[in-house]
Amino acid sequence: MAKKETLRRIKRKPKEVMLNRSIAGNAGLLFFISLMGVIMFLPMLFTIMNAFKPLDEMFYFPPRFFVRNPTMDNFFDLGVLLSTSWVPFSRYVLNTLIITGFGVVGHVLISSMAAYPISKHDFPGQKVLLRMVVLSLMFAGAVTAIPNYIIISALGMNNTYLAVIVPAFSYSLGFYLMKNFIDQLPDSLLESARMDGAKELRVYWSIVMPNVKPAWLTLTILQFQVLWGTTGGQFLRSEQLKPLNYALGQIVAGNIARQGAGSAVGLIMMSVPVTFFIVSQSKILQTMATSGMKE
Amino acid sequence: MANQSDNRFSTWNMMKRSKTSYALIFPYFLLFFTFTVLPVVVSIFFSVTDFNMLQRPNFVGWSNYMRMFLNDDIFIIAIKNTLVFAVLTGPLSYFMCFAFAWIINELHPKIRALMTLVFYAPSISGNVYFIYSFIFSGDRYGFVNGQLLSFNIIDEPILFFQDEKYILPLLIVVQLWLSLGTGFLAFIAGLQTVDRTLYEAGAVDGVKNRFQELWFITLPSMLPQLMFAAVIQITAAFAVADISIQLAGFPSANYAGATVVTHLMDFGSFRFEMGYASAIATFLFIIMILANKAIQNLLKKVGT
Repeated sequence: MAKKETLRRIKRKPKEVMLNRSIAGNAGLLFFISLMGVIMFLPMLFTIMNAFKPLDEMFYFPPRFFVRNPTMDNFFDLGVLLSTSWVPFSRYVLNTLIITGFGVVGHVLISSMAAYPISKHDFPGQKVLLRMVVLSLMFAGAVTAIPNYIIISALGMNNTYLAVIVPAFSYSLGFYLMKNFIDQLPDSLLESARMDGAKELRVYWSIVMPNVKPAWLTLTILQFQVLWGTTGGQFLRSEQLKPLNYALGQIVAGNIARQGAGSAVGLIMMSVPVTFFIVSQSKILQTMATSGMKE
Repeated sequence: MANQSDNRFSTWNMMKRSKTSYALIFPYFLLFFTFTVLPVVVSIFFSVTDFNMLQRPNFVGWSNYMRMFLNDDIFIIAIKNTLVFAVLTGPLSYFMCFAFAWIINELHPKIRALMTLVFYAPSISGNVYFIYSFIFSGDRYGFVNGQLLSFNIIDEPILFFQDEKYILPLLIVVQLWLSLGTGFLAFIAGLQTVDRTLYEAGAVDGVKNRFQELWFITLPSMLPQLMFAAVIQITAAFAVADISIQLAGFPSANYAGATVVTHLMDFGSFRFEMGYASAIATFLFIIMILANKAIQNLLKKVGT
């Protein structure tokens, strides 16, 4: 009886695939997810509000969440606050742009160039290499931080942009996602190019690369969030090499009066990756659909 | 005998024929070996020495590992904190990633895109979590303190990030806030690729509600994504350090925010006891790999 009823429902509304749903259940889950959404969003909103608060609103008691008289002062203050440091604010921005730009482009190029043969060719060592990359997803970079410092110093890259940029090229999560995405390209596509006499490098560049654009975007945002948020750690010691996130740390380290300026930098820092994600969300999800691990 | 050398010969031949493949993978794997594989090997090597960056390392056997457990009280605090972190935030963030993705999945596509953004944004916004140091600021101008004071719930502002009682719970909250990242996206994407006809077939076969549907159809179809997200969430849960350093300070009050990674940084970057720091790193490496492998085996049982 129940089966017949279900069948009838399928027949009546062929496009509606949501079966087994109750209104109460839908409402309950909707309420729950909205509540969670608000909780998640509030700290972000607070950052935005603080970025536009004039100094006197920072010292209201009790503190207010929303801004009354929005001002751009905090953004203008950034230059003044860092005037005691040796380099101007724009230098930190430039450093972050250099690190993120080169790091992301290099990572996308180098990892897709390797992901293509690992996915589509057949050669000795291929499986072992892939398994090593998957294994490397299972431990965090912190584990290798000390030897990395020694290796980077030995290579003479310490206190240069290279110390942050070059290791980022071999970020394993990006390689792994790119490889999975290339897996689903049809072999016939590559074969037809080879028939036309294309060399492998050419196949990679003119067939594979244009077909994995969604994966570029995914690798870009994942790598972006790593490099955009870097403080340079122990690698970038010269003040003129330090990135934006380091400057943010310096500003926030001050007292509560720095809240506004700190939030202004925070807003600048978050607006770039968030905008990028808004624009490329559907492409990124297309890549993540192939992220699964088959053991 | 002849057979063996034949095999070796053919492998060699195959390798020669695959020159192009090796050329293409060379740049990536050169860097991968230099900055990921070699460091693990170096770390294991240094972990049995007394290397201090200045003198030639001497072999000291297991003593670094013995020191960790027998002679280093702060390490014990750090490992306890890390386990609390991992055991709470690992599974909880994993569950959140899936539950949120699962609920969002049935919303209208535009709302789904918006909600995805809301949940994902904190994890890609650089160090925007510094805002918690203002929200939980220890003076009366901190948002939470201000509210509690004005409603007369407390008489004195609470020093949230300086008080042992609050440090770990607050760090867990912040970590959870940041944890809807790559794993969450993998779930959002994975849920959209589950074959719709399976749900219809399931309904015919007597699946009665959304939870049965989830257990018998959705989860088994998403096993690869479940595996992937587990790796991402577990690894992140064991590696907590930055938020502790930035919010609770370094070292934090009475080491209440110390984790294995901050402890490792303490010895590696400040005291230059590289041998001991390497032993800690190696220990963490083993824990992470074992935890991941264990979870992978557990997940294979989903939907059965």
